[in-house]
Amino acid sequence: MSVKNIPIYRRPEALADVRTHYCAGCGHGIIHKLLAEALGELEIIDNTIVIAPVGCSVLIYKYIDVDGCEAAHGRSPAVATGLKRALPDRIVISYQGDGDLLAIGAGETIHAANRGENITVIFVNNAVYGMTGGHVAPTSLEGQKTLTTPDGRNPADIGSPMRACEILDTLAAPVYIERTAVNNPASVRKTKKAIAKALRYQMEGRGYSFVEVLSMCPTNWGVEPVTAAEWVKDAMVPFYPMKVFRDRPADEAAEKKAS
Amino acid sequence: MMSNEIMLMKGNEAMAEAAIIAGCRHYFAYPITPQNEVVAYMARRMPEVGGTFIQGESELASISMVMGAAAGGVRAMTSSSSPGMALKQEGISYLAGAELPCVIANVMRGGPGLGGIGGSQADYFQATRGGGNGDYRTIVLSPGSAQELADFTIEAFDLADQYRTPVMILADGFLGQISEAVRLPEPSGKTFEKPWAVTGAKNRKQNIVASLRLVPDGALEQHNYRLQEKYDTISRVLRRFDAYMAEDADWLLAAYGTSARVARTAVDRLRAQGVKAGLFRPTCVWPFPDRELQDLAAGARKVLSVEMSMGQMVEDVRLAVNGACEVDFYGRPGGAVPSVDDIIERVTEYEREEHSHIQAS
Repeated sequence: MSVKNIPIYRRPEALADVRTHYCAGCGHGIIHKLLAEALGELEIIDNTIVIAPVGCSVLIYKYIDVDGCEAAHGRSPAVATGLKRALPDRIVISYQGDGDLLAIGAGETIHAANRGENITVIFVNNAVYGMTGGHVAPTSLEGQKTLTTPDGRNPADIGSPMRACEILDTLAAPVYIERTAVNNPASVRKTKKAIAKALRYQMEGRGYSFVEVLSMCPTNWGVEPVTAAEWVKDAMVPFYPMKVFRDRPADEAAEKKAS
Repeated sequence: MMSNEIMLMKGNEAMAEAAIIAGCRHYFAYPITPQNEVVAYMARRMPEVGGTFIQGESELASISMVMGAAAGGVRAMTSSSSPGMALKQEGISYLAGAELPCVIANVMRGGPGLGGIGGSQADYFQATRGGGNGDYRTIVLSPGSAQELADFTIEAFDLADQYRTPVMILADGFLGQISEAVRLPEPSGKTFEKPWAVTGAKNRKQNIVASLRLVPDGALEQHNYRLQEKYDTISRVLRRFDAYMAEDADWLLAAYGTSARVARTAVDRLRAQGVKAGLFRPTCVWPFPDRELQDLAAGARKVLSVEMSMGQMVEDVRLAVNGACEVDFYGRPGGAVPSVDDIIERVTEYEREEHSHIQAS
């Protein structure tokens, strides 16, 4: 066999061979690909249902070639709850943006996590409402200019940015909470690992897993894609630290090993 | 608990047990008076039959849980009362748009707003006109007793699966709370294939359950035409009503639910006085049995719509009667119930008026 016939990179099986509608430099494309790779590697493509949110990724089922179900804005975790309870041996993924997850769907987010639903939530935090054209998000940073905070986000007026991982980390039930990013290759690799781990925990029936991914929205931030990636590092990461907030299965394994 | 057994049950409980008999194993709801018994009953009963009960964090979440379960291909149900139903409209519109079957019960109370907890029929418009955003209809069954709450629930699940659409059971607080003898219904035995369900794309192409038709190529227009065809079929097939002494009635009362029970007593007493009164009781208010009402109205002198509202069904009654005779309205809102005496007085007044009219001419 000649070396040149061994593919070293190809489109993941679960990633549909279509053009996405995402803007140049948007993080969704990267995160979709990572999710598609993880589904393939875990061999769960034909056993997975993805819940599409309302927001830029509303058409995720066009890009990830698995069964797809819609949800009303913010209600993805509730739809995921109903579906998972109906089909407990299927893998159910709720893929959501910041407005969906922390504004209109804050209640659904917290309560699905608090019930410990055996689902995986992938939270794409790009600090702005993308689909509507750049309105303020719960995660927009202090001073960040958006369509609805033309003079910058003023915490005295609309409150401070909300940290999803930290909020969920106050709850008893979640088994896995991690924040990653996709602004550079190292972060991308970390995100892939986090998504795969979250899905594996769901496959093992361990409970609620949550991966927050800091992502770029050059269009609505009004910057070039490269500048956007830098802004994630310089502005977002200091406020949204990338770390594992909780990994109960890993902790339990370590304890078992120590004893 | 066995089918065919006669039990003393609250309407709310009869409906809940019937859902179990119908094979519903997924129920999600938020407590609200006067339908709390359904939630409590399901919380106790679902684990006994290996089902799922979740008290959702809100009505919005509960109806979305129903959507998720329905998308997975199982029979799912929620119930609520008026202010809660207002919140559920979001999900009902999505369920209709995504063509998902489910059963939704509204045990109505008085409004607007928080209103009160007494039984009411003031959500007729909301139930029969769609309720949420967009061009859609839900089948709306209108039971008149605890027995019918049970029987109609069995039918509701079949209709939902047959037409892939949400079916509403429109009851009122009095029906939910009343305790009556109920013969628990048998399961219908009907089964429905659900090849559209999202169950994982094993050995088939992916399934997508969605109301969204985003591409500007007329897909949403076509989707709406297709939905309308379905609603037209339902309107053609589903003609449900109960006529009581209506054939030769001069004075035809039109009423559903608790109002119809009051109206029926009024009919009996009027007949005892020699007054030819009758009752037309729709047991489904969308689609409304309009032609059937018109036929009966053609032989009557007047139709009186009796409601626990300020006049909602009367609009359908007028559309149905379509000038065949006069239509009048008598209703009481906010948890009040029309009285038998008031109905008798009205009808007696009609007779008197007509009598003096004849004498004068």
